[in-house]
Amino acid sequence: MADATRALPSGDQSEGMSYLSTLPQRLVTLYLPLAIIVVVLLFPFYWMTVTAVKPKEHLLDLDTHNPFWTVSPTLEHINDLLFKTEYPLWLWNTMFIAVAATILSLIASVFAAYAITRIRYRGAQMAGGLIFLAYLVPPSILFIPLSTVVFQYGLFDTPFALILTYPTILIPFSTWLLMGYFKTIPYELEECALIDGATRWQILVKIILPLAIPGLISAAIFSLTLCWNEFIYALTFINSTEKKTVPVAILSAFTDGDQYRWGSLMAGALVGSLPLVILYAFFVEHYVSAMTGAVKE
Amino acid sequence: MSNGANTATAAIAPGERITWRALSMNRNWLGFWFMLPAAAFLIAFLVYPLGLGIWLSFTDARIGTPGKFIGLENYEWIIGDSKFQTAVFFTLLYTFVASVFKFAVGLYLALLLNQNMPFKAIVRAIILIPFIVPTVLSAIAFWWIYDPQFSIISWSLKQLGWIEGNINFLGDPWNARWAVIFANVWRGVPFIAISLLAGLQTVPPSLYEAATLDGATRWQMFLRITYPLLTPIIAVVMTFSVLFTFTDFQLIKVLTNGGPAGATELMATMSYNTAILGSRIGEGAAVSTAMVPFLLAAIMVSWFGLQRRKWQQGEGDG
Repeated sequence: MADATRALPSGDQSEGMSYLSTLPQRLVTLYLPLAIIVVVLLFPFYWMTVTAVKPKEHLLDLDTHNPFWTVSPTLEHINDLLFKTEYPLWLWNTMFIAVAATILSLIASVFAAYAITRIRYRGAQMAGGLIFLAYLVPPSILFIPLSTVVFQYGLFDTPFALILTYPTILIPFSTWLLMGYFKTIPYELEECALIDGATRWQILVKIILPLAIPGLISAAIFSLTLCWNEFIYALTFINSTEKKTVPVAILSAFTDGDQYRWGSLMAGALVGSLPLVILYAFFVEHYVSAMTGAVKE
Repeated sequence: MSNGANTATAAIAPGERITWRALSMNRNWLGFWFMLPAAAFLIAFLVYPLGLGIWLSFTDARIGTPGKFIGLENYEWIIGDSKFQTAVFFTLLYTFVASVFKFAVGLYLALLLNQNMPFKAIVRAIILIPFIVPTVLSAIAFWWIYDPQFSIISWSLKQLGWIEGNINFLGDPWNARWAVIFANVWRGVPFIAISLLAGLQTVPPSLYEAATLDGATRWQMFLRITYPLLTPIIAVVMTFSVLFTFTDFQLIKVLTNGGPAGATELMATMSYNTAILGSRIGEGAAVSTAMVPFLLAAIMVSWFGLQRRKWQQGEGDG
């Protein structure tokens, strides 16, 4: 009992109470479980990386070489990937589609979020609610009818099939995130500008957007990640190998029959994840605020 | 002089009134123009397809032919289909088990991360990595980890002498089910942990100090302070988690493609296989439309859970 009261609470930001728990205690209740979880969460990436740099003959031979490590790392798989396949093209497709869809949805979201929070036209509240509902409609329900729509509009097997459909995933999310940011900007700034004769457009461009830059960055990098991750539309709407995105392409390219080329697969997965991880490393805080911001509202 | 000032104010006042009136009159029009781009995207590529999907589920459309209205025939057919029944069963199992584990581990991880420790920011950043990396790419890593012959897990367990032969992770129906559920939990935990951590950080420390003075145990504090204050964010996060788990597609497509013998088929993968690979658009649309009632139920449960909590809190405070 005395122990239980002394092992003090977790949800506490003040350092005032943690000094009461001793180091061995913290080792068992905090560091050990945390270490186990982190190892489990990271192991697949470690395994991916090790496999990607292992020589081919070591891959399927677990007994003569320690599988957890390699003494003779090779760039063979990555080299094959970059110079003997269309991988650079797939990477370019993925980036191009992600950037284009992100820009389109950011523009649409800025207008929508501004109108809902600041212009407050009749029905603005309801429009906000509907956009939130749109967030809850998953692509797995939409892809079948969308494939017929995409076909009708003549977009099938073009990058536009993805550039124009991804915003339906991104706009609801970005609009909600930006609405949160716009709400924190004081009204007085806008009123001053209105009295000085600024138009709505000037207010948006010269006052609101500069103040909402953190929100814009959050929305942009999160949107990029969502596009990069998207699979079902890319699988359904794109047919030609040279137009595919990374996730779809490596799945179909490196699985010839039953002889999976594990080295190339892992190298492909590794290289395909790196741009996002690097982007993430630079914008961790924006990322976290994007994730939690959209959830909190 | 005073005359000039008078005319100046007189000139400003009506002008101001006109701009304000024009603004308030135009407000609805202005709102309309500002909403137009977002609305156009959402109507053309979300609302219209959603309606079209429901319509298609009542037709015998195939790839290339529009099909004609056949009433509930598709639904009657899929309900009697044992493959569909298995898919519904596994979708529910997958969603339920994965969500429970994601919530439990996510909440535990959030509580751990909320304590004071060195390198907290770095640990938090590392934990989110599984969420950043595209699902398909991490699923490929799991595919290799679950390999029937060269699985690193089988190898390690054999070295430890715990098992004799290799584990057939994805070839045996129940092994495959647990394996994909584990991969889903692995990918979902970071999102839940980081979201709940953000919620935990808003709980005022003074509440815990007061509770400690009153002699509350750690468990009591969790139950009476942390959990109630966290409920709104839990409701939202779990709604999203359930929604995305229920409609999952990528993980199954990569790891098992619904196999072995349809044991890990989800409703989403089944609708893909029926409509796109089998070219029976109408039937596939019926399978995916059949997900809608389940999704609505999940949203309702968490929404009303949230409402009730608010009401209880109001009652308690009042």
